[in-house]
Amino acid sequence: MTAWQGDIRRIDDYRWEIPQDYKSGMRVAGLVYADRAMLDMIREEQALEQVANVAFLPGIVGHSLAMPDIHWGYGFPIGGVAATRVNDGVISPGGVGYDINCGVRLLRTNLNEDDIRPKIRELVNHLFNNIPSGLGSEGKIRISEKEMDEVLTAGAGWVVKKGYGNSHDLDVTEEQGCIKMANPDKVSARAKKRGAPQLGTLGSGNHFLEVQAVREIYDKTAAAAMGIMHEGQVLMLIHTGSRGLGHQVCDDYLRIMGEAVRKYGISLPDRQLACAPVESGEGRDYLEAMACAANFAWANRLCIAHWVRESFCKVLGRRVDEIGLEQVYDVAHNIAKIEDHIVDGKRLRLCVHRKGATRAFPAGHEGVPGKYLAVGQPVLIPGDMGRRSFIAVGTENAMQETFGSTCHGAGRLQSRGAARRGMRGTDVAGDLAAKGIYVRTNSLESLAEEASYAYKDVNSVVEIAQGAGILRKIAMAVPLGVIKG
Amino acid sequence: MIDHTADIGIIARGSDLPVLFSNAAAGMLSLLIEDHATQPGIAREIKLEAVDRETLLVQWLNELLYIIYTESLVLSKFDVLIDANHLVARCAGQYVDLKSPLFKREIKAATYHNLEIAERDGEYSARIIFDI
Repeated sequence: MTAWQGDIRRIDDYRWEIPQDYKSGMRVAGLVYADRAMLDMIREEQALEQVANVAFLPGIVGHSLAMPDIHWGYGFPIGGVAATRVNDGVISPGGVGYDINCGVRLLRTNLNEDDIRPKIRELVNHLFNNIPSGLGSEGKIRISEKEMDEVLTAGAGWVVKKGYGNSHDLDVTEEQGCIKMANPDKVSARAKKRGAPQLGTLGSGNHFLEVQAVREIYDKTAAAAMGIMHEGQVLMLIHTGSRGLGHQVCDDYLRIMGEAVRKYGISLPDRQLACAPVESGEGRDYLEAMACAANFAWANRLCIAHWVRESFCKVLGRRVDEIGLEQVYDVAHNIAKIEDHIVDGKRLRLCVHRKGATRAFPAGHEGVPGKYLAVGQPVLIPGDMGRRSFIAVGTENAMQETFGSTCHGAGRLQSRGAARRGMRGTDVAGDLAAKGIYVRTNSLESLAEEASYAYKDVNSVVEIAQGAGILRKIAMAVPLGVIKG
Repeated sequence: MIDHTADIGIIARGSDLPVLFSNAAAGMLSLLIEDHATQPGIAREIKLEAVDRETLLVQWLNELLYIIYTESLVLSKFDVLIDANHLVARCAGQYVDLKSPLFKREIKAATYHNLEIAERDGEYSARIIFDI
C-alpha cells in the first residue's frame, strides 16, 4: 500500500485541513478529524486523496469531511461526509455506496450479564439458526412483487403492519424507518429480483449480530433515557443493510450517472464519484430508488429484531416484556439525506452524503424522537468483535461543523488479505473464546478478515470525535456473543 | 491481487480485450469461490452494450455476479467477443448452491474506482476494486 504524501495542515489537536489548492478542481478544502497518531495511520493509505477527490463535486459546501474512522474506500472514503446544495449541486451514488442504508439497530434488555453468561452458547446458537446469515441466505418471509413494492414504499412500517414489530420501534428509528420520497417504479426489476428472497437476512462480510454487556456509563441521565440503567446490563446490536437490492440499485444508477456526467459536462477525478444534479431527472430518480433501498434496509433490520426477540424468549423461557427487549435506536451509516443546515449564516437545503458516517443531531432538533429530545439523537458506534462498542449522542457542534454527522465505527486498519495472513479463522474464534466471547460464523475466512487487529481501536476514534465535539459518549459495551454473517 | 483496506482488488491482463475480460472474470471468481469448484456444463450467452470499454468491463463482471446471486449459476468458461463497446460472450458453468462452503465470500459489486483499461506494448491491463 502506498502512503499518502499530500499536503495537510494542523488546525488543532483534532482537526487537519487539506487545503483547497492541494489539487486543481477542488471546490472546498478537506477537513479531517484525527489526532496526530490517528493521522499517521490514515496517511498509510490513499483515503486522504479520496477526501480531496470528493471536494470536486459540484455544489459541495463547507468542507469535504473525514471522520476519525476514515479509511480507503472506492470513490468516497469510508468515513466521508459531503453536503451539496440541492438547487445547483449533485448527488453521487458512490457517496452512499453499494450497501445503501447499511446501519445499526440497538435493543436493550432487563437482563444482567450473569443471566446470560451461562446460556450464551445456547442463545448465540439459537440466534444463528433463527436468523438467516451468510452468502445465499434467504429470508423466512416470502413476499410477492406487490408486497415488495409495499416494503420499498413503507419501509419498517410494513413490518409493523405484518406484526413483526411495534410502533415504538418506528418512533426510535431514523426517519421512522421510512423515507417518504421512495418510488418503487425507479427500482429495476433486477434489483427487486435480487432482493426479494433476502428480506430478514443478515448477509455476510462485516455484518453481524452481537450480544453485549454494558461496561461503563458516562452520562446516567442520557443513558436512562435510552433504558440503559446499569453496568452489566445486556444489549443486542444488529448490523446489516439493504442486501442485494441495495447493491443492484447502486450498480444500476452508477451506470446512469456515468452517462449523466458526460451529459452535464461534470469533471471528476474518479469515475466512482459519478453524479448528476440533485434536481435533474437522473438525480431525482436515484434519490427515489435509494429511498426504496433504505426502506428495505429498515424493514430488514426490524425483521431481524423480531427474530432476536423470539430467540431470547425461547432460550430464556420468558415473555418479551419480561426480558424488556425494547429498541434504543436504529441509525443509517450509508445514506444521502435532504436536510436543512445553516452554512455561513444562511439556511440551505442540502443533500448530505454520509458514506460510513452516522447522523448525529443534537438535543432539541426536530429530527430527534420525542423521548430523546432533551439528550440528543442516539449514535451507535460498533467496534470490532473483540473489543467494545459505544453509544453516544449528537451535538450542536456536529450540527455546525459536520452537517450533524459523526463517526460510524472503528475503521479498518489492515486489508482483508493482511488480516487473513495474520491469523486463521479458527484461531480468531479461539482467541475470542479465551476472552469469554462466543462466536458463530458461516465463513472462517470472513472471520479471519474481520479479526480485532484488522481494525483501529474504536476507543481512539470515539475519543477524537468527542474531543472535537462531534459527539458526546454515553455508554460503552463489550461483546459476549457474536454472529458473523 | 491488490491489498485494499476495506475491499479487494485485482489486476487483470490480456493480450487483447476479450482475453482481458475473460481473465478479469476468472480473477473475480478466484476471490469468490474455490478454484476447483466449477465445471462447464450449462451454456449461457451474455450480450452487453456500454458507453465505453471500462463501463463494459464493470457491467460484464457485475452481470456474472447477478447471474450467480439470482440463479446460483457460476459461469467459469468464457468465449468473449468485443466489437466497439458491444460484448457477446458464450459462457459455460454449473449450478452451485450459494450456501456451499466452496464460496469464500460475498462480492457486492465490481466498482469503477480509478478504473482504466491501459494498453502498453500490445498488452491490456485493468485494475479493478471490488466492494466486499
